[in-house]
Amino acid sequence: MARVIVDVMLKPEILDPQGQAIARALPRLGFSGVSSVRQGKRFEIELEGAADEAALAEVRKMAETLLANTVIEDYSVRVEG
Amino acid sequence: MSERSERPSEHGDEVGRPTDAGGRTTDSVVRAAATPDEPMPFAELGMKQDEYDRVKDILGRRPTGAELAIYSVMWSEHCSYKSSKVHLKQFATKAPKSEALLVGMGENAGVVDIGDGWAATFKIESHNHPSYVEPHQGAATGVGGIVRDIMSMGARPIAVMDSLRFGAADAVDTRRVLPGVVEGISHYGNCLGLPNIGGEVVFDPCYIGNPLVNALCVGLLRKDQIKLATAPGPGNKVVLFGASTGPDGIGGASVLASATFEDESQAKRPAVQVGDPFMEKLLIECCLELYAADVVVGIQDLGAAGVSCATTELAAKGTGGMDVDLNLVPLRDPSLRPEEILMSESQERMMAVVRPDDIPAFMAICAKWDVPATVIGEVTDTGRLVMTWDGEVIVDIPPGTAADEGPVYERPFHEPAGQAALNADAPDRLERPADLRATLLKLLGSPNLASKEWVTSQYDRYVRSNTVLAQPADSGMLRISESIAGAEPTTRGIALATDGNGRYAKLDPYAGAQLALAEAYRNVAVTGAKPLAVTNCLNFGSPEDPEVMWQFAEAVRGLADACKTLGVPVTGGNVSFYNQTGSTAINPTPVVGVLGVIDDVAKRVPTGFVAEGLRVVLLGDTHEEFGGSEWAHVVHRHLGGLPPQAALEAEQALATVLVEAASRGLLEGSHDLSDGGLAVALAESCLARGVGASVELCGDAFTELFSESAARALVAVRPEAYDEFASLCARHEVPCYGLGVTGGTSLVVKDVFEVPVEELRETHSAALPALFG
Amino acid sequence: MSAARVGVVTFPGTLDDQDAARAVRLVGAQAVPLWHADRDLNGVDAVFLPGGFSYGDYLRCGAISRFAPLMEEIVPAAKAGLPVIGTCNGFQILCEAHLLPGALTRNGSLHYVCRDQKLRVEQTATAWTNAFEAGQEIVLPVKHGEGRYVADADTLAALEAGGHVVVRYLGGNPNGSLNDIAGIRNEAGNVVGLMPHPEHAVEELVGAPSTDGLGFFTSILKNLVNA
Repeated sequence: MARVIVDVMLKPEILDPQGQAIARALPRLGFSGVSSVRQGKRFEIELEGAADEAALAEVRKMAETLLANTVIEDYSVRVEG
Repeated sequence: MSERSERPSEHGDEVGRPTDAGGRTTDSVVRAAATPDEPMPFAELGMKQDEYDRVKDILGRRPTGAELAIYSVMWSEHCSYKSSKVHLKQFATKAPKSEALLVGMGENAGVVDIGDGWAATFKIESHNHPSYVEPHQGAATGVGGIVRDIMSMGARPIAVMDSLRFGAADAVDTRRVLPGVVEGISHYGNCLGLPNIGGEVVFDPCYIGNPLVNALCVGLLRKDQIKLATAPGPGNKVVLFGASTGPDGIGGASVLASATFEDESQAKRPAVQVGDPFMEKLLIECCLELYAADVVVGIQDLGAAGVSCATTELAAKGTGGMDVDLNLVPLRDPSLRPEEILMSESQERMMAVVRPDDIPAFMAICAKWDVPATVIGEVTDTGRLVMTWDGEVIVDIPPGTAADEGPVYERPFHEPAGQAALNADAPDRLERPADLRATLLKLLGSPNLASKEWVTSQYDRYVRSNTVLAQPADSGMLRISESIAGAEPTTRGIALATDGNGRYAKLDPYAGAQLALAEAYRNVAVTGAKPLAVTNCLNFGSPEDPEVMWQFAEAVRGLADACKTLGVPVTGGNVSFYNQTGSTAINPTPVVGVLGVIDDVAKRVPTGFVAEGLRVVLLGDTHEEFGGSEWAHVVHRHLGGLPPQAALEAEQALATVLVEAASRGLLEGSHDLSDGGLAVALAESCLARGVGASVELCGDAFTELFSESAARALVAVRPEAYDEFASLCARHEVPCYGLGVTGGTSLVVKDVFEVPVEELRETHSAALPALFG
Repeated sequence: MSAARVGVVTFPGTLDDQDAARAVRLVGAQAVPLWHADRDLNGVDAVFLPGGFSYGDYLRCGAISRFAPLMEEIVPAAKAGLPVIGTCNGFQILCEAHLLPGALTRNGSLHYVCRDQKLRVEQTATAWTNAFEAGQEIVLPVKHGEGRYVADADTLAALEAGGHVVVRYLGGNPNGSLNDIAGIRNEAGNVVGLMPHPEHAVEELVGAPSTDGLGFFTSILKNLVNA
């Protein structure tokens, strides 16, 4: 059993109105010093077996195919632990 | 009392035997009988000592934890109406004779005959407190709940409306609550594909800690296809379908679980229910296909009391008995205890009673729509609701005692101490304005009268392509013919409006409730539909406060009397008590929904001035009535005196004229007069299509423009149709005053003021965006 | 000649399918219901992907529907020239399926918006807009929370240069779409996606105060007759 994390983020050049709204709200709540916020998605994928290279390649394929829309989003894959 | 509960368990288990992997004790019926003095946490579950004693009387022993869960939730105010019942029965005893009423109060929703073999079912329900705790999910699940009520009648839900009350528009918390509520309604309703066709948004400081979120749904079905919540036929299967059961909204049950069973995992349970509109959409389509395949004998949605409510009510109304294996309930969280399963408020679940032979077909349809479905029990003729957990009997009760025979309270009530002083503080003493133009603009730009587009543009009003009228029209109107694929054509349509004025009801709850009905009734009639039936959502403070109880009793009495006079029966509704912060209750707020029918939907009357050169006609008489008015509220922050007189006979005559004139094609446009009086009605009529008007008043201009006398409407009539229309008014003794004509780019009140329509629009549309972004 | 057959696809969570089917019938064509889980296009002459919240818009709008068995039939057929239109969620699905470039993202306002929207028909050389005049101004309702069209600079430039922008927002952009783009077409012009809803502007009595949506349906008839 292993857990693989896939983070999906809008590409840097794509406008993120949700992140911007959060960034605008922070100073109102008394948080200063934040220059920008980007909002993304985190997927926690529980594997039946070990997170070996073959399994990670499979997860990358999942991310490429379904989890991220690579037209507008980037993804990264890592093993938790 | 009961044979079965006294019988030793068939399993012969020893008392107190640990029965599950976690080493937790199952509080079985056998164990309960053997440990009569074990203290049960009934008080923590909101149950009074005498109520608990009655449960023991019914069962002839102490209840098990699971039984206590069922009785506590079924006998709660929310499910049993124990404080309101004695008053609500007036809706039945005073009900006008109506051939249209097919299903009255007591079912999931009332059903009315709307002609040509069609029936409509509609109901309004509150989700107030959850919407304060978590505005988005609270409001969203409010929509979900009322939609399932409508589905469970056998109908296709075809539209929703929302009647909303918030604290002062500029209050900090309103900026948290309102956007969340609107987003919750928007997301859930839009995702279901139900047009949102009307409702209200009202601000008043009294709602600051107690926003009101009253959601209405209307559904359509063939008259002979009504489904009821009943479980007849021993041997028939009980199917739970939809979402799985999780630890949603079971704060109360956790108390029970932790008190009965030492287990830390029970400590934290979320009080907020999370809605899944996608599952609900699948449920809608799935249910309709199940109905069409005729594989459903009885059906019930799972609402506030979840499995407890569905099983007891279905069993009580059917053959009388049911066996359920709670281990079969699909769980989202496997650690749930039976008491929690019984009280879980997880959303998007339904329970059906299905003939054994139909189970394969039932399951196939559920599979087609990806809706999980599980047989959890079957109907019996034992007269007992019996539930097992890990093979042990943990519930064995006569279901009717939980569902129908809850406690009934005659709560004391008396007129509030300050009521006479409040009524004596008439608005006569308020300074009248010198500048009526400025007064109009001030009212038009005030949050209660300003454009609600900021809210309503977040709702899909077009989906299903049957929306004839939607907000800001006086009523929402839907075409029937195309509402269900393949159905026989009809020219008919239905119209719906909701109204309620807490300030009026505070000044006089009897009249306030009548005025709420009168306005909704009028709003339906001005669009050309004949008012037919009523639903209501009665929002009040604590029934334990005799002054609040007086407001409630008066409002119900007023509403029942007015329904009788107007000939429109109450078909169902909802009571929401305890809307108060500390000892301060909200203004009593009876919200009334009226459903009407228009024989030919193509003859609907649009709201406002649609063209130039039309006669502007005022119907009804204007008196000096400023108690509870928008003018007193906005300009003077004053609430006192008496509300306008509820002139019900005049209201009825006005509606008769409006409906007949519409059917004869005499009306080009119309608008009801209510908050803000004639001045605001004229301004809104100009704003509808950007067409101005020139009018002339006789009498005191301030009173004519801003009084809120009831039983009035504004209509636009082609000059050549005016004589016919005037004689129709005369025949029904409806006062009819030609005020002027439509046209131009300004609203001109001769010798009083002139305001360009563009200026009206800027004032009207700027207020809410300025407040909420 | 038998009536043209336009397939209307229903995914779980599709909402505007009945409306699209009604609009198809209104212009005299036959609406053929197509179910997402089937692998059969039933020999339809064109396909309408309606709006809604397929799969609850979970993950991303259109991201799951794109993999429906029926889509495995639609994608190659569209590439081979079958006329396909996607409105709202249908447009999102077409982009997710890469039949059209770019993507639809959360509205700039962060609010769902339902309003009657003025538009300009920029491109009539498509299977779905040939009944309009180039530059014609029309009104259709928009109703969506994620309709902001985005694409990288090269794609955008290519869309503009190739005349692939089919409809553009006028009088205020409801969602912050780049270049006010409301709808686009593919290179061949048989595939069109747009956020506004033609099917809700086809009757005087109901829907938006316009019947401008009819043009999309008469276009496809014209296209099929001429084909």
